Amino acid sequence: MGTGLYTQLLDLACGVFLIAAVLVLWYRELSAIVRVFAMQGVALGVIGLLLGLHEQRWGLVGIAVGVSVLRAGVLPYLMRRSLTAAGQTRETQPLVNVAASLLTAAALTLLAYAAAQPLVQLAPSPATRALPVGLAVVLIGFFALVTRRRAISQIVGFLLLDNGITASAFLATSGVPLIVELGVAFDLLLAVLVLQLLTLRMRTAFGDTDLDDLRELHD
Amino acid sequence: MLNLFGVDLLLSLPLAVPALTAACYALPGRRPVTGWAGMLSPAAILTSATTLAATVPGHGPVRAWGHLLRADALAVWMLLVVGAIATLAVAAGPAYLAGERDAGTVGDIAARRYCLLVHAFLTAMALAVLAENLGVLWVAVEATTVVTAFLVGHRRTRASVEAAWKYVVICSVGIALAFLGTVLLYYAARQAGLSEAAALDWPTLAARAHQLDPDTTRLGFGLIVLGFGAKAGLVPLHAWLPDAHSQAPAPVSALMSGVLLSVSFTAVLRYKVIADAALGTGFARLLLTGTSLLTLALAAGLLLAQRDYKRMLAYSSMEHMSLIALGAAVGSPLAIAAVLLHIAGHGLAKTVAFCSAGQILQLRRTTRIGRLRGLLGQAPTLGAAFGLAVVALLGLPPFSLFASEVGIARAGFAAGLGVPISAALFLVLAAFAALVLRSTRMLLGPPPTVPTGTGAVSPPVRIGATAAAPLLLGLLACAALGITTGPLTDLLHTAATVIGGH
Repeated sequence: MGTGLYTQLLDLACGVFLIAAVLVLWYRELSAIVRVFAMQGVALGVIGLLLGLHEQRWGLVGIAVGVSVLRAGVLPYLMRRSLTAAGQTRETQPLVNVAASLLTAAALTLLAYAAAQPLVQLAPSPATRALPVGLAVVLIGFFALVTRRRAISQIVGFLLLDNGITASAFLATSGVPLIVELGVAFDLLLAVLVLQLLTLRMRTAFGDTDLDDLRELHD
Repeated sequence: MLNLFGVDLLLSLPLAVPALTAACYALPGRRPVTGWAGMLSPAAILTSATTLAATVPGHGPVRAWGHLLRADALAVWMLLVVGAIATLAVAAGPAYLAGERDAGTVGDIAARRYCLLVHAFLTAMALAVLAENLGVLWVAVEATTVVTAFLVGHRRTRASVEAAWKYVVICSVGIALAFLGTVLLYYAARQAGLSEAAALDWPTLAARAHQLDPDTTRLGFGLIVLGFGAKAGLVPLHAWLPDAHSQAPAPVSALMSGVLLSVSFTAVLRYKVIADAALGTGFARLLLTGTSLLTLALAAGLLLAQRDYKRMLAYSSMEHMSLIALGAAVGSPLAIAAVLLHIAGHGLAKTVAFCSAGQILQLRRTTRIGRLRGLLGQAPTLGAAFGLAVVALLGLPPFSLFASEVGIARAGFAAGLGVPISAALFLVLAAFAALVLRSTRMLLGPPPTVPTGTGAVSPPVRIGATAAAPLLLGLLACAALGITTGPLTDLLHTAATVIGGH
């Protein structure tokens, strides 16, 4: 693969990755949000794959395949299942409306570019130049997490944040060592299972998964 | 001198025994749960820790299984703390479960799950303490979130599901940010020429930290403090702590408060060594001082307004964690020794406080301070244990928190941090007043009358020896540490040089 083609494909994958995060803020249908999240998982897998092929590191190719299976397959499947179980399809009015959310996403992306400058300059390469995309998705995920009110869209926010971190790890260092990567994947899967179970319990206890109902505990 | 096989065995013991115990509880079967079999895992942790405590200060750090496990003086000290608190909390387990069974809130399956998760939690904590690789340390700390989520939410009431949700979401986000910090440091280390295997290896990284890129390290360490700080109960991601501590079963609150918070903070201590070498001591000091003062102000403010005694204890944990962070900000060997002593003393005192609070809850069925009066009259042993634990938490002699608080303050003034230390002392005084007011209200006064309306005073409630023993043991240990660190002095000073040796 030529360097020019590699750079173009990598930038394309990173673009799709960022746009998927923005689309999560755009959509109100919960099932569409899950679909977009799955698409982002594919883009993340492609980023890892391209890096692995370019640097001819076959371990990384394997990790990229594993990452796509987990994030584009298993996690969206689990979320779809808990959507059917919870019987809800739409995000209620989020705390920040869609237009303002998109503007915030733009501002957060600029912030990520500014904050990542020292990181890019440490070792300029096509991969590290795309590093701000990973940080932008981390920030957008955090924003989605704090402004969304459905349990499932909060989980998606958390997973966006996590995808952003994985992408940063790929782009900065071609991934962390395998044992850490395995630990991360395992913990992520368990965290989602825990959250899914809690969603069900919440439904039993509250009859709903609107997080505004969570107001028993306060000072 | 230990031979190679002995070291492997010694370092595996604190991991393998709790893991196996957890696995035994997971086995299907209809045997009744015997809580005392669980004492094996704290015993294994303590055995390994005391043996290591005798050898490590003299012979230096030991390694096992290649580069997977490593015990330096700091790890051994923390292992001792984990072992001691686990002993108390696991010993308090049977009495807690019996009480819940009598109330009909815990059945056989729930009791088994409780034991399983507690031992899995101990495995994760031991791994976090002994891991040489910073990535493995991260995985172990994150694993505790997953394990304890069900313990926090075990009662399945609205309040406990809410607490569990907040706990999982906030801690997962925090710990994810810590992972981003880890990745950035790994990036800096790779660019500094470290190999893939060495770039997250703590001793290697600490030795070559001066070569790391300062900008990347600064961003990475900021994220680390934010992320592991979330699990240590520091501002701004502290919101889970009072909810989770007030909803979890009492022995689990004790473990979370005494072990989980401080083990997460040890991760910050390990990264601080790297940050100090790469950036000079100023950055970490500024960051930790700011975080700790904000946490302290928040905890003191909320303690003053508190009406729920379990939440009161939770905010007191935040108060003590911020003192620990302040000591780490000072960073001299004296300050770090005081910090480590404070970790041990706070863990012991808070364990007694939470376990007795759990028994008070089972006795009176309320967590409102306003509805409790005359505990000392009604249940003298229990009331006295709770009262003494609060006295220990206030930092009064002979308990060890007195010695460590004085140590942190002295080291702070010596390092020229007079202003933040004075501010902290003022806030601690406010917290002191709040704790004294609330707990005297609970303890003193006439005991409640028999509900028949005759006005007769009910006979004092006795708690059994099995329930009283852990409380007494914890108080004794905390007082003993306050009078002398005895054979542990060497270990404490070696551990302080590992972190504060600049």
